Amino acid sequence: MVLARAKSDSLSSPPVEAVSRPQLRSPGRTAAILSDHRLLLIVWLTMLVVPFAAPNAYFVSLANMMLINLILIASLNLLMGYGGQISLGHAGFYGLGAYVSGVLGVKFGLGAWIGLPAAALLTGLAALLIGIPALRLRGLYLSMATLGWNAILVVMFNRLIDLTGGPNGLLGVRPFAFGRFALDTDARQFPLLWLVSLLVMLAILNLLRSGTGRALRAVATNELGADAVGIDSFRTKLLVFVLSAGMAGIAGSLYVHVNQFASPETFSVSNSILLVVMVAIGGSGLYWGPLFGALIFTAVPPLLLEYEDAELMLFGFAMLVVLIASPTGIAGLPAILRRWLASRRS
Amino acid sequence: MTTTILQLLVAGVGTGSIYALIALGFNVVFKSTGAMNFAQGEWVVMGGMISALLFAATSNIGLACALAVVIVIMAGIASERLVIWPLRRPNTLLITLVSIGLAICTRSLVMLVLGKKPVGYPGFSQVSTLVLGGVAVQTQTLWIIGLTLAFLLAMHLFFERSMLGKALRAAAADRDAAAIVGVRVETTVMLSFAIAAFAGALAGAIITPLTLSSYDQGAMFGFKGFSAAMLGGVGSLPGAVVGGLALGLLEAFGSFYISSDFKDAIAFTVLLLILFARPSGLLGRADVIKV
Amino acid sequence: MTAPLLRTEALNCYFDGLRAVADLSFEVRPGEIKAVIGPNGAGKSTLFNMIAGVTRPTSGQIFFDGVRIDAMPTFRRARLGIARTFQNLQIFREMTVLENVMTGRHMHGRAGVIGALLHGPSLRAENRAMADAALELLARFELDGKADVVAGDLGFGQMKVLELARALASEPRLLLLDEPAAGLPQAEAEHIGKIISALNRDGMTVLLVEHNMRMVMSLSHDILVLNNGMRIAEGDADSVRRHPDVLAAYLGEAEHA
Repeated sequence: MVLARAKSDSLSSPPVEAVSRPQLRSPGRTAAILSDHRLLLIVWLTMLVVPFAAPNAYFVSLANMMLINLILIASLNLLMGYGGQISLGHAGFYGLGAYVSGVLGVKFGLGAWIGLPAAALLTGLAALLIGIPALRLRGLYLSMATLGWNAILVVMFNRLIDLTGGPNGLLGVRPFAFGRFALDTDARQFPLLWLVSLLVMLAILNLLRSGTGRALRAVATNELGADAVGIDSFRTKLLVFVLSAGMAGIAGSLYVHVNQFASPETFSVSNSILLVVMVAIGGSGLYWGPLFGALIFTAVPPLLLEYEDAELMLFGFAMLVVLIASPTGIAGLPAILRRWLASRRS
Repeated sequence: MTTTILQLLVAGVGTGSIYALIALGFNVVFKSTGAMNFAQGEWVVMGGMISALLFAATSNIGLACALAVVIVIMAGIASERLVIWPLRRPNTLLITLVSIGLAICTRSLVMLVLGKKPVGYPGFSQVSTLVLGGVAVQTQTLWIIGLTLAFLLAMHLFFERSMLGKALRAAAADRDAAAIVGVRVETTVMLSFAIAAFAGALAGAIITPLTLSSYDQGAMFGFKGFSAAMLGGVGSLPGAVVGGLALGLLEAFGSFYISSDFKDAIAFTVLLLILFARPSGLLGRADVIKV
Repeated sequence: MTAPLLRTEALNCYFDGLRAVADLSFEVRPGEIKAVIGPNGAGKSTLFNMIAGVTRPTSGQIFFDGVRIDAMPTFRRARLGIARTFQNLQIFREMTVLENVMTGRHMHGRAGVIGALLHGPSLRAENRAMADAALELLARFELDGKADVVAGDLGFGQMKVLELARALASEPRLLLLDEPAAGLPQAEAEHIGKIISALNRDGMTVLLVEHNMRMVMSLSHDILVLNNGMRIAEGDADSVRRHPDVLAAYLGEAEHA
């Protein structure tokens, strides 16, 4: 059993928030740098068939939601899986993005194309203001700050009725549009979501391959070591927190203009926790993990709708099984199998 | 004016006692595992709902609550054995995540077995309200404060006096030292779950006469307990008490003098401001890593 | 006489009223290997930590190349050119050996966040240059065959070498070594010793804390002996070895052990 607090004053124990992920990698990682980029392109090109092959519009709408959820979960994975920081307010940033973009459109008549960057900037700015005090300390500090922030946001979404529409939700949000061509059907929205999610996934991959990405992982694995090689761990964490929140803001803006509606419960603390769960089930700290997380987050609730009462139970149970069997989630399964096979062979 | 303040004070201390109990449970598990235990709030709900069920069957409040607390303690121990113990390479993040799964499972089990309807039972005393010096006080609030005090005192004695409690503290401070005393770390984790479930169930059993209990309140209780723990200083027993009371008073006064609509927002804003000014909590020591 | 690379002035450090380092002034001159030795609890680690930036001195000053550094955070000292290794290894266990060394070059990266997100040609070139430099360094330490191995899977001796390589990747001007031979069998300790003296021949200034007397005596140009936080002797290996106080406080004890 791990005793995280035990002997925190000795050199031998890692920083408390350092998350030890048993990561197995195939040899030839230097060559793998290319292949993740290539794989990303292949997956996204394959996805292009969705609007044509989909049996009905509902399926396309699910695909759309999946791509939005992917942005959300991948951005949280960047912070949590690679940066080792647990945010319990990711749904709050998502909501802030949605309401900023939606309210700018509904109350101030600004188009979705202005709302989208505004949402990204404002959520990033909010993250900066929270991150500056909250990331100076270790441990549960960021979790508490983001939890509180999310709870405050939900109250605001509910109570600032003049602006947000309150518990009934924000109505009358207009879709993205090119002049008079409005992206108001699922099939028309798909290409936009396809493109934005590709760009976000690409940005995350690029970041991970850069010095900043290495610094981030270094800080998460061993902050003392990171300090010693001249990495400003505070700034690194802050940067990634801001980026991650900004991406959640983008997801929020996409959500509100695609659904043309937003209501407070979508952005609750409980959903923030569910997002953390999705990162874990998909594969925390693994690039492809969020894809699995987003698939489950999008597909499972409708599939289980008919067993409404048992849904929660099955879901929680499945989560426990995945985490106990493969702590690195679904994306970590191949590596676990590989190690298991290797140990059987020897 | 003073009557209002006194009334708010009593109400705040009442709610604060509940938060203190939950925060204590949170702290105990945190000390033994380093993880946030998301299932803490579910045990509060279980305590309340099982008490209600047993009260319906026995019509004896004391017996119902006592039995319910015992059942929840068993559930806490079983939870640890079923989901924490099997982890091959436990770390704080993994335990935290697993506790979310545990919370979801517990909540749905409670819903499936005990139903979705809010349940309740009368207060522990026949008289529901007392007037003390012009201030109307609910007797159940006095029960809450009294039983919380008794529990805290018992915990204090357990940790300071009993061999097992000392071993538990030793294990939290230094696993090698604990091994010398002959305590297995696995055992201390299980014990911490038992204590946490105890504290949660007690909170649930004594708050239900005032608020009713329903399966979906667990998350809210959990968040409040976590906040109280952070406010007081994570890992500290007196910190849980101070943090819980501070949060309870903050909510009581904030909702009366400013706005009840924004009650949570006010409480959390003040909480974050306090934490930004005093990062280690009101009583905690700074979590600085030394070399 | 050249100016010292590192200089402390009347350095004091107290823990809860207990004096760990007392009124210590000493220098490290460019190009030398300086060792700090002393019995357990002599204040070596505290001194080391104050220089590396992990512990704040209670009073006194530390200058690196004329710049006062005693209040600077660790990462800023690293950026000035002070690299270090740790007594019990602080490598990035989940990253590959190559990534560890590339991270060591972090401060020489010029690409900003925007560049990183876009992965433009300048970043790619920089990444490649970093990887090349890192591989070259690994080859020097005979670790290039392990470039793609996850660092946590290395043997203990190899981890020590990797940590040294990571420290050197930043191209430091002063190398702080905290017990580089601790926990190693004699053969591997000698290997590390050879690496250190080779580095020094190429001009690297080294300050080391070490228990392995054979290593200290054979490597160091200058030795500072501490006891109870105070200097009891300072000089070359011979003069220190003959110093009566040293014999009393340290070497005697070590020989009896």
